[in-house]
Order: sequence, then C-alpha cells, then structure tokens
Amino acid sequence: MDFTLTDEQQMFAQTAATLFGDTCTPDHWRKMMEQGVAFAADRWAQIVENGFTLLMLPESEGGLGLTELDFALIAQAAGYVALPEPLVESAGIAAPMLAALSPGHALLADPAAIIAIAPAANPVVASADVASAILFERDGRAYLARADAVFLTPASTIDPLRRVFRVAWNPADAEDLGPADWTLATDRAAVFAAAQGIGLAQRAVDLAVAYARDRQQFGKPIGSYQAVKHHLASAQTAIEFARPVVTAAAASVDQRDVYSRARASHARLVALEAADQAARAAIQVHGAMGYSWEVDVHLFLKRALALTGSWGTPAFHRARVAHRLFNRPVGPDQTFAREA
Amino acid sequence: MRLEYTPEQQAFRAEVRAWLEAHVPAHPLEHYDATRAGFEAHRAWEATLKSGDWGMVTWPKEYGGRGLDLIQWLIFEEEYYRSGAPGRVNQNGVFLLGPTLMEFGTHEQKQRFLPPMASGEEIWAQAWSEPQAGSDLAGVRATATRDGDDYVLNGHKIWSSRAAFADWAFGLFREPGSERHKGMSLIFFRLDQPGVTRNPIRKINGHVGFAEIFLEDVRVPAFNLLGEEGQGWHICMATAGFERGLMLRSPARYQVAAAALADLWQSRKETSGGAGADPALEADVVRAFMNAEAYALNIYQTASRLMAGAKIGPEASTNKIFWSEMDIHLHQTALAILGPDAELLPEPGAHEWLDDYIFSLAGPIYAGSNEIQRNIIAERMLGLPR
Repeated sequence: MDFTLTDEQQMFAQTAATLFGDTCTPDHWRKMMEQGVAFAADRWAQIVENGFTLLMLPESEGGLGLTELDFALIAQAAGYVALPEPLVESAGIAAPMLAALSPGHALLADPAAIIAIAPAANPVVASADVASAILFERDGRAYLARADAVFLTPASTIDPLRRVFRVAWNPADAEDLGPADWTLATDRAAVFAAAQGIGLAQRAVDLAVAYARDRQQFGKPIGSYQAVKHHLASAQTAIEFARPVVTAAAASVDQRDVYSRARASHARLVALEAADQAARAAIQVHGAMGYSWEVDVHLFLKRALALTGSWGTPAFHRARVAHRLFNRPVGPDQTFAREA
Repeated sequence: MRLEYTPEQQAFRAEVRAWLEAHVPAHPLEHYDATRAGFEAHRAWEATLKSGDWGMVTWPKEYGGRGLDLIQWLIFEEEYYRSGAPGRVNQNGVFLLGPTLMEFGTHEQKQRFLPPMASGEEIWAQAWSEPQAGSDLAGVRATATRDGDDYVLNGHKIWSSRAAFADWAFGLFREPGSERHKGMSLIFFRLDQPGVTRNPIRKINGHVGFAEIFLEDVRVPAFNLLGEEGQGWHICMATAGFERGLMLRSPARYQVAAAALADLWQSRKETSGGAGADPALEADVVRAFMNAEAYALNIYQTASRLMAGAKIGPEASTNKIFWSEMDIHLHQTALAILGPDAELLPEPGAHEWLDDYIFSLAGPIYAGSNEIQRNIIAERMLGLPR
C-alpha cells in the first residue's frame, strides 16, 4: 500500500504547470476573449512538443504508455489555468479509444492531430472546429468521421474559453470502428474532469486569498475577518477531501470494475462540487468586483459548470456510486476492493 | 502509487481479525462515561487487548507497543471497528498524550508512563480548558509554582473528558505572573491525590462524560513536567496536531457507520412511513458513504506521506472539520430514515443512532472548535492575515 506519487510523476506535472502557467496567463485569457477564439496554436505546439498528447498512447503507437494517474496530474494543471485547448478530450479520452479500436490508425501518427469525441450523453461537441476527426458514439459502437465529412453549427456556451458545436454527421460517411468501451471512456472523462475540478477549485481559492490579503475595508485587509476566512477555509477543506479521491480514482481506472467506476464517479462529483464551492466563495470574497467581467474568477465558475453537465449528469454518477454501495460489500476493509 | 495491500498486510489483517473474533465481548459493555462499573469494564478490556499485545500497535516495543507502521495501524483500526470492539477508554492518553510524550519526554518518563498507558493500567484525562480559557487557550490561569524538587499546582480546570473516573491528567499550567503563550508548562498530576477535587458534569446525553477539576496546593514531583519549563504552549500545539490530524478519529469508525446506514436504508425504505419515496434520502445515504470513503483515502494518503518522511502541518485542521461535519450529516440521515421512530430510545442491543447523533454534535466543539480550525486553515495554510 503506497499512496505517494513518484518523483517522475511530480516532475512531469510540474513541467505541465509551468508551461500552462507561463502561457495561459490572465492577459492571455483576455486577449483570447477579445479575439473570440478558444485555441492558441502556439501553445498547442508546445503541448505537443512536451509529449503531453502522447502520454496515454501505448508505446506501440509511438506513445509514452503512461497511465490515467499521470494524465490526471496534467489535467489538474490544465484546470488551474482553465486551459482552452482540448488536451483532455483529445489526448486523454479520444486518442486512447482510437488506439484500442484501431491500432496503427493513420491519425495516431500525427501527435498534433486533435480528435474530438462525442458521447451520446453530450448534446454538443467541444473543439470540433479544430479537430481532424470526431469519434461518435452510436448504439455502443464508435464511428470516426473526418472533419470534411461533418457539418458544424456553433452553439453558444457560457464558458468564454470553450467552443462547442452541434454536429450533423452520417454513419455512411464515417469509419465504423465497431463496438467500443464507452464505459471506460466515461471513467476517464470522469476522472479527468475531476482532476480539472481540483485545479479550478484551487485557482479560485488562490485568487480570492490574494485579493483578501490586499483589499482593505474598515482599515484592515478583508482577509483578516473571520467571516471571509471561513468561506475560504471551507472551500480548501472541500479540496483536501476531493483530491485523494481523484488520485485513487485515477490510479484505479484500469481495474474497470464496479468499484473503480464508482470511485471515478465519486471523484467527479466531489471535485466539481469543490470547484463550484470555491468559485462561488471566491466571487463572494471579491464582492462586487467578483461579479464583474473584469475579474477572472468567473472563468473558473463557468468551466466547472460546463464540466458538471457533460459526460453524464451528477445524478448519473451518483447512481453509479449507489450501485456499488448497495450491491457490493461495504466497510472499512473494502476501501481498496476490486472484483476477483 | 500502489493501492493494494501486500501479502504481509493481508496476513496481518487476518491475524487481527482472528484475535478480535476470539476476544471481543459478546455483549456491549456499559458506556465508560455512564458509570464507574462501565469505566472499569473498559479498563479490563484494555488489559485483554494488552494480553494480545494490541494495546498501542504503533508504539515501540520497549514502551509497551508493537512497533507497527501507520498502514498496519489503519488495518488494525479497520478490523477493530468492524469487530464492534469496545471504545477505547484511554483515547486521550494513547492518542494524544502518548505521541507527545514520545516526542518530548525523557527516556525515564517514557519508561514510567507509556507502558501502563498502553495497557490501560493508568487511564488519562486532558486538563487544558478553564472557565475563562476555552478557544483562547492562552488565557489559562492555573499556576505551577516551583518549590524545591516539586511543583505546586493551583487552579480550576473544566470540560475534562474522562476525568470523573480517570487516574491521571495532563494539564496546562503557567508560572505565576507569566502571560499568554509564555511561561506555560505541561505537567502531569494524579486525579486522586490530596488537593484535587473533581466534580462530574453531565453531558446532554445524560452521561457524566467530563468533569471540572479544582486544584488546591497539589504537589507533584518535577519529574512530571513534560519538556522544558515554559515550553507548554509549543507542546500543546503538537498534541493538537496529532489530535486533529490522524489518530483521534480513525476512518474505520465512519466507514462502519456508513455501512450501517446503508443497511438501515435498505431495511426501512419500503416500510418506514414512505421514506423510500424520498430520493433525497437515498442521495444522503450515498453522500455519507462517499464522505467516509473520502476521509479514509485522505488518511491513507497522509499515512503514506508521513511514512515517506513528511510531517503533519496545518492541513490537519481540515480533517477535524471534515470528520465532525460528516458525522453529523450521517446521523441526521439515519434519523430522517427512522422518521417517526427517531425520537424513541433504542431497545437494548439495537444500533444507538440517537445517542450517536447527540454525540456527533460535540464533534465541532471538542479538540479545538471548528471556528478555530477554520482560522488555522485560513492563516497557516492559506496565508491570510491574523
């Protein structure tokens, strides 16, 4: 039993945090919003150069053959900057599915190629405009449609750093990849949304702490008042008890059983709740400033909102936890249980 | 990262389980806070535990322990709570003072105090709070005056858990004339010695769970001073770290309660006044399970970190908030499922949902109120100004 990350895992995550932190700055968000774009080609090139798109691909596909846990650490760093680019959807969920269904597929040869993914649960497809191809779920099968074989209608989302589309496509014009493991894709999506949630939550708390140390009222920094302190302490507590669930969920995805699915759903529920709680606390701590477009906190609230509804609603994920709770042994000796 | 028990850890679990199955009393003991007889029955259970060398599994063998690591401690606790074994009457000693003694005590003090603590021969109470020093613990007024090789203790302590029946207390005293955090010392005294008067205080559940203690010229040898004179505040904060951080409330306690709650829900949802028609109740049952799992995972993570050489820091305060709030939520959910039966005292031997609920309400108060914990998180973890 060992619940610690390796030095390599921590270094890789640090590399991602530094890259994202250096390029995905508040000034950069503002510039992207003014230009009405949600994709920075230069940052995507750096992401590709650092190997992040190859992380989950098997070595036989030229990938790094690393695990969901390694990728979750990158996803957390992505959450911390509200990363606009579709790294998580493409490299964390779509590419590994394509590699499993069609080893040696030509699309996998280009590490910069973006693959969007459209599970039946999602009404819209994120980043479909920059994707080389889209993976669709239909009747448990996966279909791969090239960008020139689909028709995109932009949908408006509240998240200004995300682009979503309604997509018209025809199975006859797509590659039928056969029955696919959409449950595994859902598990990965849940764990990586959860990891992003931890990053979103921590960023919201950090922004509010910085503001509360600086902003003076009644002659003192507002962060010295207990009512303000307690909002942020409660948000941090929620983060501290979501993070180990996310870590354990990421480390267990490969079990592919009732237990690991419940843990992925648990992680998703509590990490996105923590993100929502932290973002709302941060808005409150910022006062009227927090309600303004000018302060960045709303970006984190909106990303958490967008993630909460996609890849299964909270009710869907709660039902997966309930299924484990009411149909498998429960108790203190079952924390790390797996199917025999 | 390896979230699997090793074969050795699995064998250890089997060993603990077998021993507990053979030794845990068939009928629950009377509560240790209810009567002297209940208290002594729990002391006898501690002696039984010690006979199997299970008194305090993480302590070094030379001090009455078993020399096990924190993962083994967690496994022991999981089996302990699964088995329904009696509550630990000496928890203030073994979980709070013990680790502090291990860190700050001399070799002679450890030899003198730890083995009888691990075996339950000497049961300890904590004597920190005073009528005017609760959350503001630096307001302690009780004094320790040095007189030759002794200290002479005077003052009034209160809200001292187990003190009505315990043998010893570890108290916080100050040098006469000293102020606030300076001049405080941590000193042990016997609760049955001349000059000590203890008045039991009834809790809202009717038990005499704590006491107030009056000290009038109570003479103790200087040997009973832990650490250096004037180091008391620093040592207390270390004790509080253990208390909030890891040992006082092990995850198994809540996982057992969450499992019982799931059983209660499944047995009553069809019958209990239509409770089954309320999907919000099932969501709360699922929530209680998730909370207990999250707490367990957090503690496993902390245990792994500590075994890799890290120290407990201010994040320990988040634990105290989390377990105390989840405990209340879990028991509120149970009472909601019980519906019209919630107010009825249980038949002997039935699950004590009502009493456990009442006890859960103390959680946000003892071991440092949750308001103080949130201040600690905000100031020491997040860096907000005092």
